[in-house]
Amino acid sequence: MTDSALHSKAPAQAASDDSEGMSYLESLPRRLITLYLPLFIILVVLLFPFYWMVLTSIKPDEQLIDMEKFNPFWVVHPTFKHISKLLFETQYPRWLWNTMYVAVGATFLSIAASVLAAYAITRLRFKGADTVGILIFFAYLVPPSILFIPLASVIQAYGLFDSPLSLILVYPTLLIPFSTWLLMGYFKTIPYELEECALIDGASRWQILVKIIVPLAVPGLISAFIFSFTLCWNEFIYALTFLQSTPNKTVPVAIVNEFVDGDIYKWGSLMAGALVGSLPLVILYAFFVEHYVSAMTGAVKE
Amino acid sequence: MSTVQTSMPVQAAAAGEPSLWSRLRANRNWAALWFMLPAAAFLILFLAYPLGLGIWMSFTDERIGRGGIFIGLENYQWLWDDAIFWLSVFNTLLYTLIASVIKFAIGLYLALLLNRHMPFKAMIRSIVLIPFIVPTVLSAIAFWWIYDAQFSIISWSLIKLGVIDHNINFLGDSTWARASVIFANVWRGVPFVAITLLAGLQTVSPSLYEAATLDGATNWQRFRYITYPLLTPIIAVVMTFSVLFTFTDFQLIWALTRGGPVNATHLMATLSYQRGIISGRLGEGAAIATAMIPFLLAAIAISWFGMQRRKWQQGSNND
Repeated sequence: MTDSALHSKAPAQAASDDSEGMSYLESLPRRLITLYLPLFIILVVLLFPFYWMVLTSIKPDEQLIDMEKFNPFWVVHPTFKHISKLLFETQYPRWLWNTMYVAVGATFLSIAASVLAAYAITRLRFKGADTVGILIFFAYLVPPSILFIPLASVIQAYGLFDSPLSLILVYPTLLIPFSTWLLMGYFKTIPYELEECALIDGASRWQILVKIIVPLAVPGLISAFIFSFTLCWNEFIYALTFLQSTPNKTVPVAIVNEFVDGDIYKWGSLMAGALVGSLPLVILYAFFVEHYVSAMTGAVKE
Repeated sequence: MSTVQTSMPVQAAAAGEPSLWSRLRANRNWAALWFMLPAAAFLILFLAYPLGLGIWMSFTDERIGRGGIFIGLENYQWLWDDAIFWLSVFNTLLYTLIASVIKFAIGLYLALLLNRHMPFKAMIRSIVLIPFIVPTVLSAIAFWWIYDAQFSIISWSLIKLGVIDHNINFLGDSTWARASVIFANVWRGVPFVAITLLAGLQTVSPSLYEAATLDGATNWQRFRYITYPLLTPIIAVVMTFSVLFTFTDFQLIWALTRGGPVNATHLMATLSYQRGIISGRLGEGAAIATAMIPFLLAAIAISWFGMQRRKWQQGSNND
C-alpha cells in the first residue's frame, strides 16, 4: 500500500526502477486517465499551431481554400512554392540577416557588459553593491511598452532612426538586467580561494576575471547567451517603432507589415515566413535545452 | 637564532600585507566604477533617462516632428474623459486577470503532471517549452490563420462534428475576439509557468510525501499541506513576472487584432502605440504609458510583500 503510493508519487527515483514496474502495471488504467490522457491533450494543444504552420506552408493554394474536397488536416502533393517564393521573390533573406545581425550584436554587447557588472557586484563588494544589484533587478521589471515612445525621440535625437544599430543599442536594456542577475548567481558559486591565490600571485582584477572567473562560468555564459538571443529575436515593439523602411526590418515586424496584402492566397507565404523565422531558434533550443531551462529557472529563483 | 631569522621575514610580510590589502581595498570602488561603467551606461542612457523623459513627455503636447510645451495635466484630463481609454484599462485588467488565473491553473497542473515518473520525460519536458521559444509574433500569425473568419480549422471541425452550423467570427466579434486573444496568450504563457514551477517542485523532498502517506494523507492533502506551502515563494515570483508581462503585452494583440473589433481588445500598450506613434500625438501616448506605471508598481509591491512574508514565515519556523 505504502509502497505503491510511494512509488507513484516519488519523482524520478531511478534507483527503484525495477520494483516500480509491478506497481505501474497494477495502476495502468488509472495512470492512463490521470497522467497520460491530460498530458496528451495539453501537448496536442501546445503543438497544434506549429503543425498547422508547417502544413499550411507546404500546402498548394487550391487545397488551402477548398476544405470540402480535401481533408484540411492533411496535404496531398505538398509544394515548396511558398517557401521558394518567400526566399527568392521577397526580401525575406534580408530580414533574416537583419534579425540575426541585431540579435548577435546586442547579445554580445550585453554579455560583455553583464560579465563586468556581475563580477563587480559579487566580487569587488564596492560601496553600494547591494543597492546596485537591486536597481538592476528593478530594471528587469521595466517593460518596453512604457519606454518605446520616449525612446523613439531619444533615438531620433541621436540620429539612429530607421537603423538596425538603434536596436543593437536599445536591446541591451532588456538583456543586461537579466544576464547580470543570472551571472551573479554563477559567480557566487566560484570559490573565493581561487581568486585569493591569483591575487597573491600578483594577478590583476582584470586577469582574474578573464583567466579564472569567465572560464569557470562558461555554462552560465551559454545560458545567458541563448536566452538573450531568443529575447532579441522575439522583440517586437522597439523594432516596430524604430524601423521604417522595408529592407531594414526584422523578421517579426516584416511578417506583420509586409505580407498582409489582402490577398486570399497570402496564407501560404505567411505561414512559410513564420516557420522559417522560428526554425533558427528551435534548432538552437534543441541543442541547448538544459542551458535554456537553467537560464529560465535560474533567473526566477534568484 | 635560526627561528628568529625565519620569523623575521614573516613578520615583515605580515606588516606589509595590511598596507597592500588596504591599498586594494581603497582601489576597490575605483575599479568597480570601471567594471560597472558599460552596463550603467546602457541602463542610464536607454532605460532610466527614457523612463523620466516619458513621464515628462506626458505633461507636454509633443507631436512627431515638433517639440512640445508643458501643458500640465491636460493629457490626463483628456484621457479621464475618454471612454476609449477607460475601455482599454478595463480590457487590460480583464485580459491580465483571466489570462493569469488560467495560466497559473493549467501551468501548475502541467507541472504536477510533468513531475511524475514517465517514459521520455526529458523529451516531453523540452517539447512543452517550444511555444515559449518561438517568437510571439510568429506564433500569433499562426493563430491568426487558425482564427480566420472563413477558413478557420476550429470552425470547420466544429461544423463537421455538428456542434455549430456556421463559421465562428473569432476575431470579428467582441466577445470571441477577447476570448481568442486570451487563449493565445495562455497558450504562450503556460510553458513558462509550468517549467519554472516544475523546477520548484523538484526541490521538494520525496520523504515529505512518504511521511504524509504513512500518516494516511490523501492526494489532495499532500498537495494542499506539502506541495503548495513549499511552492508559494516560487509561485509568487513566477506569477509576478507573468502578470507584469501580460499587463504590458503588445505584440500578440498587435499581430492578431490591432485593438479591434470596435476597440474591444485594445490594451493600454496598444492604445498608447496607436495614439503616440500612428496618430503622432507623442504626449498623449506617453500619458497612457505613464498611466500603466501605478499598476506595475502595485504588482511589484504585492510580490515584494509576498516575499517578505515568506522570509517572516521561514524565520518563525526556525525559532
